[in-house]
Amino acid sequence: MDNVGLLTIFVLSVFVGFEVISKVSSILHTPLMSGANAIHGVVLVGAILVTMQSDGGITLIMGLLAVILGAINMVGGFVVTDRMLEMFKPRKIEGGQQ
Amino acid sequence: MSSTWASLANLVAAVLFILALKGLSSPRSARRGNLLGAAGAALATLIVFFTGVDPQNIILILIALAIGAAIGWFAAKRVQMTQMPQMVALFNGVGGGAAALVAIIEFLETRNARATLESIGLSPDTGLDYRLAMIATVFTVIIGSVSFSGSIVTFLKLQEIMTTRPVVLPAGKYITMLTAALVVILGIWVIAAPMTWMVIILALLALFFGVLFVLPVGGADVPIVISLLNAFTGLSVAASGYVLNNVLLLVAGTLVGAAGTLLTQMMAKAMGRPLTGTLFGAFSAVSTQGGQGSGVDRPVRSGSPQDIAIMLGYSRKVILVPGYGLAVAQAQSTLRELADLLTAKGISVDYAIHPVAGRMPGHMNVLLAEASVPYDQLKEMEEVNPEFASADVALVVGANDVVNPAARTDKAAPIYGMPILDVDAAQQVVFLKRSMRPGFAGIENELLFDERTTMLFGDAKDTLTKVVAALKTL
Repeated sequence: MDNVGLLTIFVLSVFVGFEVISKVSSILHTPLMSGANAIHGVVLVGAILVTMQSDGGITLIMGLLAVILGAINMVGGFVVTDRMLEMFKPRKIEGGQQ
Repeated sequence: MSSTWASLANLVAAVLFILALKGLSSPRSARRGNLLGAAGAALATLIVFFTGVDPQNIILILIALAIGAAIGWFAAKRVQMTQMPQMVALFNGVGGGAAALVAIIEFLETRNARATLESIGLSPDTGLDYRLAMIATVFTVIIGSVSFSGSIVTFLKLQEIMTTRPVVLPAGKYITMLTAALVVILGIWVIAAPMTWMVIILALLALFFGVLFVLPVGGADVPIVISLLNAFTGLSVAASGYVLNNVLLLVAGTLVGAAGTLLTQMMAKAMGRPLTGTLFGAFSAVSTQGGQGSGVDRPVRSGSPQDIAIMLGYSRKVILVPGYGLAVAQAQSTLRELADLLTAKGISVDYAIHPVAGRMPGHMNVLLAEASVPYDQLKEMEEVNPEFASADVALVVGANDVVNPAARTDKAAPIYGMPILDVDAAQQVVFLKRSMRPGFAGIENELLFDERTTMLFGDAKDTLTKVVAALKTL
């Protein structure tokens, strides 16, 4: 895609990013941060892409390291967020501020 | 698979990420939101194997993927809920590191490709597109590296492997400014005249800057820094998406960067911390070693579990203030038992939840939910503060900084300006603490020496169990 196209997507994504979380309750700050943290684990995709094009040597080693780090970020991020949210069972929310 | 199908799959993944963030903003849909995000990530990871021309190293990549996934999975499953903030910091850091590595690799590959072009007598493009790609590369390397080393230091602080107090190096301010200036100058240089060794130096300098950036941060500012570094990693992932011409990385990274920035602002506001103060704490000349006086030999009043049980049993209104110490002692269930007993006696019981109770905003809610404390008893700070004046007893369990009046009065204190729970307005204040040791921010709490305060020393679980037992015999 050309630069202007990418720039357009970037600007629109900024607005979407601001908009989707603008009404979050403070009790969810931690899980939200953790969930967002897991989403940027998608850098794994970038790591895989560059490693697939590597002809070996230093870039291959760095690429595989990036794949490991990205996978830790992605998998760990979603799993730990799920563990946090396990606690927020609907039963308890009914009596609360909802 | 044709690239159109792959692009469509990436579009689906991007939509899933947006729905995930949306879902995570409301308690009812939060868990589903996270699962949608995980589905999007899984889809994107699967699809990438079917794209690209002449893919290589597939077996090695799959092995690395499995190793990383296993590490992430076990770390996330094993971590105690109390240690979760540092785990998030660590996951965030490795993501930033991955983004920086991706940018460096792409830089090296591009250099090789250009060298090949030059060797056959062609002159590679040096126009606007090339410069923009270089800007994005430099940005990813810098921000990703800062996020990596900064998160590691944050992890070490929260894990208490290193001191939790702000570390102020001699002339630290100047070293930090010098490093920042060098990073910027070298960054511009790389954009103008790219060379491999300069990118490596740039990454190392940025790593060093990340350490300097986080070292002077202490106490209540740490969660804000985690959130900020999270936004940083998002932005570096977005920039790496630009470098790789990958729309999904660009969208996902930008979403996290934007949402993370807003979240950081909201957190800073909830804690009454000026964001600039956190950001530029490293540059400010004021040492935040704060807190006056050593009250080592000053008298405090301490009571027995029996005394506390009587005090609680004959009151009409009790407010419980849970803190990190409660969670460390794994005493959430015992505290709930105490609350249930008091409620059964017709005593009004509320839990006062400070926005940063625990180590992060919302952390205490998670910890108490784990012990099945009913949601309607959890009161947020604004809601509960007017209640303290009419409370007979405020029972502070393992909290300190969030009830420290120094936040209101002592301008030198690192927590000055942070809104606190007004426990000093209650008739009686009871502190359950292990010792007189100061809290995470490392400052003395005058309230401990107040004449209306009673101390009950010991492990929170231990002392609470004794109080509960004594209460049952009343």
